[in-house]
Amino acid sequence: MTNEAAVLSGGVRAEPGMRVYNQKLGMWVFLASEVMFFAGLIGAYVILRFGAGPWALPGIPLEEGGTPLNINLTAFNTFMLICSSVTMVKAYASIENGDQKGLRRFLLLTVLLGAAFVGVQIFEYMKLTEHGFLPHCTEELAAIVPNCHLFGSTFYTMTGFHGAHVSIGVLCLIFVSIKAFRGKYTQDNHGGVEVVGLYWHFVDLVWIILFTIVYLI
Amino acid sequence: MSTSEDRSMESVEKKKKPNYYLIWFVLFALTVVEVAIAYLSGLPRTLLIAILLALAFWKATLVAMYYMHLKYERLRLILVATAPIPLVIILILGVLLEYAQ
Repeated sequence: MTNEAAVLSGGVRAEPGMRVYNQKLGMWVFLASEVMFFAGLIGAYVILRFGAGPWALPGIPLEEGGTPLNINLTAFNTFMLICSSVTMVKAYASIENGDQKGLRRFLLLTVLLGAAFVGVQIFEYMKLTEHGFLPHCTEELAAIVPNCHLFGSTFYTMTGFHGAHVSIGVLCLIFVSIKAFRGKYTQDNHGGVEVVGLYWHFVDLVWIILFTIVYLI
Repeated sequence: MSTSEDRSMESVEKKKKPNYYLIWFVLFALTVVEVAIAYLSGLPRTLLIAILLALAFWKATLVAMYYMHLKYERLRLILVATAPIPLVIILILGVLLEYAQ
């Protein structure tokens, strides 16, 4: 096999053994470590929650021990993140076909949807803190929400770390978008789009799990 | 590297891509179902948790398989990507056992 033949469609050189270019393999190894990071947070949440006793549940009024979280708003946010995943994968598919316009359009949409997700999360935090739902709840809220302090601490830890990941993802996407608008990616050289896409889809995947565990269960 | 490997790599690269919009629609529909189920108070709590977790893992699998293209990757990369899953299971089972004690 010649060196030329070892170049993959992303325009980057395949490594012997894994037959995947270094940046992509590096991203997958990083994501594997991220799985363990979020598993640690979720594991801590599981033991704290099940050891704590009663918990605020959805579908029950707040006064009767229901959740202070706005599930409809977060469901909308989840929808936006799912939309950003499809725009990201369409950006990648576009450049694979040499469609520069498609790449720029879909990358821009992904940045906007990602930024909107962060914006809605900040809005959600502001509303929750206004109502006294903090890592250490106000006395009024603690009187009606079971295990409010524990709920608040675990909620802000998990969603906060995820929000930080989304924010970093948006910054990376802006960087990739600038490169795309400068015409740096081509049909034969678009490894950067694939690698940032992998990170972005992972962030979406983690949110899918967190949304269910934190908001719905 | 052998020529047959080159050909196999080429075939992986050129494999037909999935319908991304269809996957998006399934993810959206499953989210709607999840939220609707969470509001149902008639279901036993354990069953409700089991259904919601199953739906969440179904959605996560769809994202990993089709958007992250794991379905179209070589086995060796799939192994790297899925390596932490047994560790996650051990971790979660471990903390659940801790709770049980």
